[in-house]
Formats: sequence, C-alpha cells, structure tokens
Amino acid sequence: MNTLELVSRLRTFLPLGAVLHETEDLTPYECDGLSAYRQMPMIVALPGTEEEVAAVLRICHVAKIPVVARGAGTGLSGGALPHAHGVLLSLAKLKRILELDPLARTARVQPGVRNLAISEAAAPYGLYYAPDPSSQIACSIGGNVAENSGGVHSLKYGLTVHNIRKLRVITIEGELLEIGGEGLDCSGYDLLALMTGSEGMLGIVTEVTVKLTSRPETAQVVLAAFDDIRKAGNAVANVIGAGIIPAGMEMMDKLSTRAVEDFIHAGYNLEAAAILLCESDGGPEEVTEEIQRINEIMRECGAFEVRTSRDEAERLRFWAGRKAAFPAAGRISPDYYCMDGTIPRRNLATVLAGIEALSAEYGLRCMNVFHAGDGNLHPLILYDANRPGELELTEQFGARILQMCITAGGSITGEHGVGIEKIDQMCSQFKTGELEMFHAVKSAFDPDGLLNPGKAVPLLRRCAEQGAMHVHRGNEKFPELPRF
Amino acid sequence: MQDIIEQLADKICAAAGNKGSLFIRGGGTKNFYGERCTNLVNSASSGGVLDAAVYRGIVEYDPTELVVTARGGTRLTDLETELARHNQMLAFEPPHFGPDATLGGCVATGLSGPRRASAGGVRDFVLGVRMLDGRGQDLSFGGQVMKNVAGYDVSRLMTGSMGTLGLLLEVSLKVLPIPAMELTLGMPANEAQALDRMNSWAGKPLPVSATSFYEGHLYVRLSGAESAVRAARAKLGGEEIAEGSAFWESVREQTHAFFQACKPLWRLSVKSSAPPLSLPGKQFIEWGGALRWLVAEADGEAAYTAIRGAAKNAGGHATLFRGYGSCAVVFDPLTPGMMNISRRLKEKFDPMHVLNPGRMYPEI
Repeated sequence: MNTLELVSRLRTFLPLGAVLHETEDLTPYECDGLSAYRQMPMIVALPGTEEEVAAVLRICHVAKIPVVARGAGTGLSGGALPHAHGVLLSLAKLKRILELDPLARTARVQPGVRNLAISEAAAPYGLYYAPDPSSQIACSIGGNVAENSGGVHSLKYGLTVHNIRKLRVITIEGELLEIGGEGLDCSGYDLLALMTGSEGMLGIVTEVTVKLTSRPETAQVVLAAFDDIRKAGNAVANVIGAGIIPAGMEMMDKLSTRAVEDFIHAGYNLEAAAILLCESDGGPEEVTEEIQRINEIMRECGAFEVRTSRDEAERLRFWAGRKAAFPAAGRISPDYYCMDGTIPRRNLATVLAGIEALSAEYGLRCMNVFHAGDGNLHPLILYDANRPGELELTEQFGARILQMCITAGGSITGEHGVGIEKIDQMCSQFKTGELEMFHAVKSAFDPDGLLNPGKAVPLLRRCAEQGAMHVHRGNEKFPELPRF
Repeated sequence: MQDIIEQLADKICAAAGNKGSLFIRGGGTKNFYGERCTNLVNSASSGGVLDAAVYRGIVEYDPTELVVTARGGTRLTDLETELARHNQMLAFEPPHFGPDATLGGCVATGLSGPRRASAGGVRDFVLGVRMLDGRGQDLSFGGQVMKNVAGYDVSRLMTGSMGTLGLLLEVSLKVLPIPAMELTLGMPANEAQALDRMNSWAGKPLPVSATSFYEGHLYVRLSGAESAVRAARAKLGGEEIAEGSAFWESVREQTHAFFQACKPLWRLSVKSSAPPLSLPGKQFIEWGGALRWLVAEADGEAAYTAIRGAAKNAGGHATLFRGYGSCAVVFDPLTPGMMNISRRLKEKFDPMHVLNPGRMYPEI
C-alpha cells in the first residue's frame, strides 16, 4: 500500500486533520526529546478514540506497515523516533480523565493525559499521582507506562509499575486486551508488569487506571556539604542503614554545584566536593524526628556544613539548584551529553573515580548528578560539537561510563529507556539467550514485528556503536522542562 | 553451586527429550495451591518432581543497598531471620504455610500478606531473577538495582507464574527497614462501615500497614516512627489489641479460626471500595477491602458462577484457594485474547511444556 492509498484508507474513519502526510505537517513529529535523532514518518495518524486506534492498527497489521506510538514526545532515548515507512500514531488526542474515585484512590485516564494533570485533578481530595519524572508538566501517562518512568521520589513511592492497576491495550491485530484489574492482582501472568516499560513494542495503551497516593502533610530537606565524595557516599549508606527511607536523596559533585549556583543561587557551598539533599516527608512529628536523625548522620559522616530547610520557600530553593543541573550544563558548555546509568550505591566512589579518570583521559569535563537513593547516575559530559572529533570522543567516553555501570553490577538505563539511543549497550548488558528471549516476548504480542521496530532490543547481529542525548548550545527539544 | 544448576538443567532437558514434564517443588508448602500438573515424567527416581530446594542460600546481601539476592531454594524463614538481624524485612509479608517454605515458591506463587495494600506485593519488590527456562537455558533478567528499564520486565512476569515459565534459580528483592513501632487497634463496625473506614484511612496520610474485618470487628495495624504511630492512634480511636503481631501472623498463615472450616476457601481480589459481597458463607476481609476471603456455604456450578460473577462485578477475580474437594477450576478463566498471549509466552519460555504444565491453566 503506498502513502496516498493508506491516507485515503485512514480518512474513511479519521477526520481530515487527523491524517497528516505533507512534509510541513510531519516535521513536528520527526523527533522526540532526543533531538539528535531525526526521521520523518510516512504518515502521522491522530485517532481520537480507542476504536479509531484499533482501526488504524488493523489496517497497518494487514498491510504490514510499521507503527510507532507517541505520547507527548518528551522521551530522552528516541523511543518515539518515527519509522520512515511507517505510521506515527499520536495518542495526543486521547487526553480525558475519565473517572476519579477518591474513596478507592484511583483515576482512570486516557494515555494522552499529562502526568501532572492527574495530580492536579486529585489535589482537592488530598491525593496525587506519585511518580514525578522531571518532565511531568508535559509528559503523558501513556508515555510513562511505555518507559516505566520514575522521578526523584521513587525510592519511597515507586516507579510507574508500582503505581498503575489496569491498562486497556490494543494489540497490533486491533484486539482489545484488559490487563490488570481494579483489585491488587489479577489472574494469569503479570502482563501489567510486562507492558510497563515495554517502549511501545508490545501494544498500544488506550487507557490507564492509576493508583493515587495521599499527599504527605509536610516535608523538609537537609542540605549537607562534604569535602570528599566518599564521605557523601557513606552518608547515603548510613541514612539507609539507620532504617530511614528518605522521600528523596540527591547528590551533586563540585562541577555541578558550581555550575548551578552560578545562576540559581540556591545557597550551595562552593567548596564542597559533593553536596547531598535528603528529604523527609510525612506527619509533622515523624518529619521532625527523621530530620533530626538525618542531621546527626550527616555530621557523623563528616559533613562540614549541614542546613535544614526552615520553611517551604527554602525547601524549594534547595531543590531548585538540583533541578537546574541540566540547564546549568547547557550554560557552561556548548553541548552536553546526558547518561543514565544505575549502580549499586556502594560502588559510587569507584565509579565516580573511574569517570574522573576517563574525564582526564578524554580531556572532557563531566558533571555528575546522582539520584543517590536509588543508585541512578546522570553524568553530563561537556563538549563542543563544533570541534572536530569531540563528539566522537564524547560518545566513546559515554560508552565507557555505561560499561562501568554494567561492570559495577548496574544497568545502562535507570529511567530514560533504551529506545534507539542505548540499543547497542543492550548487547553489553545481556547475553544472547536473554536478548533472544526479549525478541520472543515481543513476537508473542507482535509476531510480525510491526510495533516500534528497531527499538529497545537490538538484533543479535548489531553491536558496539554508541549514542546518547546530545544537546547543542542549550537547544533542548523542550527547553522549558526541567531535567534531573 | 554451578554443578547443581547443571543437574537441574540436565533434568529439564531429559524430561523434554522424553516428552514428559516436571513438577517444580521447593518446600512443598504451597502444593495445595493451583491445579495439578499434567503429563509428569514417569521416573522411579524423581517421580516427575524437580527438587528446587537443593539450590539454596543467600548470594549477596548488603543492608545499605536495600537489596538481597538469594537462591530459590532458600527457606523463607532463614532469609527473613538474616534480614531481621539487620533490622530489615520482606515488606510484602509473604505467607509461609509451613516451616519449609522457600523463596522460589514465594515468588512463583506471588502470594503476599497483610502489608500488601500499603507496602506492595511480591511483584513490587522483585528486582531481578536468574532462571532456567524450559530448554534448560540459564538466563538472567532485571538486576540488583532499584531502577532498571533495560529490556522487558521478565522478572515480574515470572512472579506469580506458578513455575510455568521457568525454574527460579535466584531472585533479587528490594527490602525495607522494620518499622520502629507497630500496634494494632480493634473496634466494632459493620461490614459497610469497616470498608468505608479502611478506604478513607488509606486516602489520608496515616501510617496504616494492615487492615482486616471479621465478625463485626475492624482491625487496623499502625507501623512507623513512634511519634507517627502515637499520633495516628489518637486519631483513629479503638482499643489496642495486646497480641497484635500474633493476630496478623494468624491471618497471614491462615491459622486464624476463620480458615479452619475445611470447606472450599475462595479468594476474591476486588476493588477495595466494592460494597459488601452478598455470597452464602462466611467472609474475612483484608487489604483495605481489596481481598475478601470466602468460606463458601455451597459447592457446584451455580455457586462457582455466583462467586466468580460477584468478583467480576467488583472489578476483580476469584480463585479457589483451598479446594477441600470442590470441582471448580482454581483460577478465573482468561479472556481469549489474554489466553492467546499467555499461550504464546509459554511457547517461548517452555516450548516442550516441561515446567509445571497445567498448574495454572490446561493450555499453559
């Protein structure tokens, strides 16, 4: 089926403006948040109902046309990069909150609903949707399910997989599956977990029932400065060892601290080799007690400065610096390259020392920000794409960081997904047997391999090439979104 | 230890060669749960049993990482004792149903205890698995880190799959600190009031870690920092129960009087706020209303239809947890679409149907 035939087939049930195929209409869809990778789709389809989604899929299934699903397009791994001969299926029009049940603490929403919109709708009931990826003002819940998005509070409140109950999914054959249930488990295999984080490879989500959480009464944050990154690492371990699960625990190295302090003025100590932010939330008595204990631990671990937020404004100011780390990288360097590895926390000092050595070896600076609570490291390699060869060096540097994460017992991606970006590193993290099983899982849902082909799981013959998030002169795809 | 894995893999391959199947057995404490396996290998030495308890022991545990990795044959008691030495626990409070319960059986059955509604279930704490598939391949999925989105979440797919997709060799789990303080309150209520309170409490910032309702009494357990527990206790009212932890253990292990009826025991997993289910028999409610146990008065097709229908209407599903001679199928039938996917997954993980065939559904 050629483009125009497919357009006319789709227009039999989709309105004129919901089937795009002219170049100028397609351009906005050529990339997602990872703008280094661009590809024009053959057609963009914007269904407005679940039935329309199913109809698009049935046509593509019969005609063997690839389908790439897209939510808000804020993803950082190129998961929504279009296919040149495929349909880019935008779920943006499915953006209604269908039901909010305060007593059962659930919301039933369409995939295009923004993450933050759910919390806003739940706020009058003292509830919110817990996972809070940094892009939450723009990213959609369907995309969150596809990527199993986390956020800075995930150690305590979990990832997307812990906060959803049920999905309505349309298979590539156009068949509806109801996965999960309104209870806390369901009969048969846990396909809800399998769908979460599957990067649009297994089915198209048309409805999500999310769990809502009661909003903590209060929160306070401790800001601690250390003259040695290992001391900061020990402090993280000791907080956890003391039986405290902080609502958030973030670390920044000296380069990051200086970069953000320069324009945010969060009050960070510029002499610190590392700073730690450690937040407690809950009832007032509990928070007071926990903050006291965190303060003691920071001092015991050798922090030379420990401050506690005195009010909400100060708490937000302490956080503002951390949340500005990515834009700060864009200010001090023409380009930066964001990595997303996870490691067991105990290996933090080793991995950071390794990154420092690599930084010297490649002659490139690297800022390190770290979701210390759950071991998710975001090294930001600073480079200048206009200098010949520097991009290639950066990519090699990045690849070696991810390799170190694997060696340290971690993973190549904690929250940004594999997409197209880290597909080659999958070859390092998994053996042939596991990769074959991933392909087998995909074929159980999508035997013809039409859903998001070429993403998330590499073909066995493919290997070694590196790629990542490149930002030129601060020109992020979504400069208005905080990234942390 | 590698030799044990090879022996287990050899047994799987041999059974596949004989077109027979194996029944995976850990501690044997949950044999009552699920359907009977079909087409077991007829061998005098093993009797078609794959003994998973031989591969045991804690592989790695660093309390400050909040992660433990242990072999499938590790006894739950041993694992929990080791965690408790470091003031940590399996937060999903798995039922043991006997001293020999293993970690592998716990994950394969996917059963969680009283803390499920507040802390999460087994699947929420599984971070990674090492397993043998139906061809005896040694595969690892997930890892030992909290956040990991590389590849499909096969670890959680394995959770609750009743051994039909693979033999669990090792499991990595997130663990949590044992709360500084716990206390249990009891108060009189009728069923509708109890359900309403359980759900309302869960929507407030209260340290509620378990709830149940039985015979006109609502029980609630508070867990956390002493100050938080004391503050909540003052808000909720009721009387403190002296033997609180023994009570919750009797619920988790089903040694409570309710579970001693020796009649078909149904497990209805439903929307927490679903109104009281009117079904003939006695009920015991857990998980903030999301779990309703039923000792059914009647057996037979009409009863099964009524029970499954009630669960479905309440947004959930019903399982015949303990049969006591009932002829009902154990698990709620899947829709054709879901069975289709499940069958295909079984074909991929266990193409020769060696591992626990029929333990969940005849097709897988």
